[in-house]
Amino acid sequence: MEILVCIKRVPLSGAKFSLTADGRDIDTSRLGFTVSPHEECAVEVAVRLVEQHGGSTTVLSLGVEDAEEQIRDALAVGIDEGILLVTDGEEWDAQATAGAIVDAIAESGKSFDLILFGNESADASGNQVGIRVAHALSRPTLSGLKGVQVSDGVLVGERPAGSVREVFEVSLPAVATVKDGAAIPRYPSVPGRIRAKKKPVHRSTPTRPLSLLAKQSVSVPESVGKQTKILGSGPEGISALVDVFRSIGVI
Amino acid sequence: MLLVIVDQDRGVLDELSLQAITFANSVDPSAPLVGLVVGASGREVADTLGRFGFTDVYLATAPDLNDYSAAACGRAAAELVSTLAPTAVIAIGSQRGNEILAHLGAILGLPVATECTSLSLGSPTHVVRARWAGNLMESAELHGSPAICSVVSHLAPPAAAMNQTALVTEFFPNFTDTDLAGQVRSRIAESEGGTSLADAKVIVSGGRGVGAEGFGPLEELAHLLAGTVGCSRVVTSAGWRPHAEQVGQTGTKVAPDLYIACGISGATQHLAGCRNSKTIVAINTDPDSPIMAVADYAIVGDLHQILPALVAATRTARGI
Ligand SMILES: Cc1cc2nc3c(=O)[nH]c(=O)nc-3n(C[C@H](O)[C@H](O)[C@H](O)COP(=O)(O)OP(=O)(O)OC[C@H]3O[C@@H](n4cnc5c(N)ncnc54)[C@H](O)[C@@H]3O)c2cc1C
Repeated sequence: MEILVCIKRVPLSGAKFSLTADGRDIDTSRLGFTVSPHEECAVEVAVRLVEQHGGSTTVLSLGVEDAEEQIRDALAVGIDEGILLVTDGEEWDAQATAGAIVDAIAESGKSFDLILFGNESADASGNQVGIRVAHALSRPTLSGLKGVQVSDGVLVGERPAGSVREVFEVSLPAVATVKDGAAIPRYPSVPGRIRAKKKPVHRSTPTRPLSLLAKQSVSVPESVGKQTKILGSGPEGISALVDVFRSIGVI
Repeated sequence: MLLVIVDQDRGVLDELSLQAITFANSVDPSAPLVGLVVGASGREVADTLGRFGFTDVYLATAPDLNDYSAAACGRAAAELVSTLAPTAVIAIGSQRGNEILAHLGAILGLPVATECTSLSLGSPTHVVRARWAGNLMESAELHGSPAICSVVSHLAPPAAAMNQTALVTEFFPNFTDTDLAGQVRSRIAESEGGTSLADAKVIVSGGRGVGAEGFGPLEELAHLLAGTVGCSRVVTSAGWRPHAEQVGQTGTKVAPDLYIACGISGATQHLAGCRNSKTIVAINTDPDSPIMAVADYAIVGDLHQILPALVAATRTARGI
């Protein structure tokens, strides 16, 4: 089985986002980078499926040159090779991203049985790249999965919906978008990191089409300035906290 | 004309979808509202939708469509778009709402703006939408017609029922085999009992500071307050607690009466899931941790000392 997983490099902010002077983006100069937990789980699902059924895995990212870091992270936990679609850092909307991925799949010469995505990216949260790729390739797609199995050429997906889990089945080749919780991602081992350095990462530089959903500016929503009442340090604050429980009616 | 996609599950109306109707009305109060319901099981839902202000409701059915399929809903919406030419298609920003719009956008080759908080139609349409689960807002231009948008859930109140009816028209979209393949095949009851995170009135939540073995006192406190246990992603990715308990951007969004964050730093991605709690209490050794800025009350100190004593004091206060 050949599996492709698509991931996106995003900044990791701790407390609050600060913006660039022109207000068009997050100031990432002092931030680290990561991928969404959804995508970490998608990578783990891919590695496990190939451990179970045999085959090979590829990770793809569209992003700046430094997105090689996120590709190497995936290679370190067992993905076999990488594809980096290098951009200049401008925002690619979901349609443009999906188009570039479809082209890259054609160029790779591989006929991936399963293409995995995170359900939505951490930053843009568009919820649509995987579904657009599926339509372009005329493949069935299941989205928002928290359980992914393959047996006898059939993809079996599950996701929670209220008090039940919905179960889906489609034949491979297929596309699936995965959510955090689909698997517990493993940590890279030291030998894994060393092996990752030697794995191939293929590069190409797609041309960005005009955005039909074009970001103009961003802003950080006003947080309701709360007056935090410090009830105490250590156990001395406890009786005051029990009084709070009483006053809001939880005891 | 505005087209609103109304979700239903085996004949039960999705209450969240009623918020999309309110939002659509605010976008263009003068435009007629048309509703789409997919699946023969939604017939009764379609029949009662008129009271929420629709002039027309369309019910998409097919003999082989027996359950929810996102692709089939997208296909049905695409057919309505080509016959009715609405100026916008609006759904609620739920998992289903967003995925249906993604299928619609893919079929029509149009952009989709998910998680919008405002929409002003034109060429181009201007939207404001939530990125990073609402930690960052984006102003964007949306090109092409119709404008396809989902609205952030819990932004607008549900539409109120009026004394009105709509004309219901059944139609039979040309579903492809692929559309039909994506149907729900079966359902499994979730195993865990007890209160679910999303419905809990009290959540006692633990982060890295709690440690693998430290959740006992949190469970006891949750039990005493008739609540449930939540946690941060550090906790689920370490395998200390199941993912169903994770609060945040890629976990569950909660809004209980009381949220007690124990040993949780308050990263934006965690706050995205608990910021709307009525009262937030933080128990943390670090007085400068970001959770302090959103907490109503805080105790600065070691949770391993504080929690057992808090459990005892709560038990005494309850007289047990
Ligand atoms: C796209 C994306 C999505 C994410 N989604 C989520 C999500 O859904 N939910 C989520 O939680 N995270 C999410 N994260 C991860 C998030 O960024 C943080 O890494 C995570 O929330 C941190 O968890 P924590 O607060 O438990 O740990 P830490 O940040 O390590 O904080 C531990 C805290 O415990 C305190 N502490 C330590 N010991 C004690 C003690 N003995 N007594 C009292 N206090 C103590 C420390 O002072 C510190 O404040 C996401 C990240 C990304 C990039």
